[in-house]
Amino acid sequence: MTLDEFIEAFADEFDDTPAESFKADTEFKTLDEWSSLTALSIIAMIDDQLDKSVTGADIRASKTIEDLYNLALSK
Amino acid sequence: MYNPFSLEGKSILVTGASSGIGRGIAIECSKMGARLVLNGRNQERLNQTLSQLEGGEHVVIAADLSNQEGIDKLVNECPSINGYVHSAGIPKICSVKHIDRSLIEEIVNVNEISPILLTSALLKKKKLQKKSSIVYIASISGVCVSNVGEAPYSTTKGGLSGFTKGAAFELAAQGTRVNTICPGLVPTEILTLSNEMFSEEQLKETTQGKYPLKRYGKVEDIAHGAIYLLSDASTWVTGINLIIDGGYTLL
Repeated sequence: MTLDEFIEAFADEFDDTPAESFKADTEFKTLDEWSSLTALSIIAMIDDQLDKSVTGADIRASKTIEDLYNLALSK
Repeated sequence: MYNPFSLEGKSILVTGASSGIGRGIAIECSKMGARLVLNGRNQERLNQTLSQLEGGEHVVIAADLSNQEGIDKLVNECPSINGYVHSAGIPKICSVKHIDRSLIEEIVNVNEISPILLTSALLKKKKLQKKSSIVYIASISGVCVSNVGEAPYSTTKGGLSGFTKGAAFELAAQGTRVNTICPGLVPTEILTLSNEMFSEEQLKETTQGKYPLKRYGKVEDIAHGAIYLLSDASTWVTGINLIIDGGYTLL
């Protein structure tokens, strides 16, 4: 899965935030729609799409979408 | 000394006795004079529980209750009992839209189907004496409240509470009582399993301050409730959910 595909899948987990708001350098935790529920959805998406297990701590350690992508791939 | 909570002369089966709340219940029940039948999947960890029990003549039966062979093995080897506490269970944190068949089937199987089939098998094999007490460890999650990602877990605990009503009604004919205990958050090994998704700090952030009695539960808090429900102190109590949650559900 490329970074662009990851960003698309990431955006797909949100219902109200427009897809164009999501870029590699988007600081996702500053998004209005970010919550424990979206965090949970992102964890499940990464498990489904990348077959990698990330934790709440990994999410907290990542600032941008690209950070999280790289962290997930490093697992 | 007068003690209506005594478990002297009672044999009690505890599942999930290799760790957490199940282990705590086994230890406390032994202090009240019960003879324990300890069940879990791991013989070594069951032996660790056994070494912490007071008194003698306790029995260890390792069996995996997630399949019928394990249930049959436990029931065949189990001596005649007066009490049965089901504490075996697993957490699964997942948002509703990501639930898939294997996830929901796994948690429903372990948390809900296993205790139901074990109860049924114990009755069929006449291992439960008349006037027995059955206690399922449910949760405030699913019976009273829920939280983000808890829907699968809540499903199983709510279901267990529903089963309790039906079983309590039916088994009243033989004087057997069936109840649940619904604990609030008791930090045990089970949280490490949830921590795959939620870190310890996160659990603290989301729940800290929500307990009017200002702390999380201890296994002994839950074990003391189990002692009440297993003892003759509660012979007129059946079909209830005993909530032990430090006041969490008041809010």
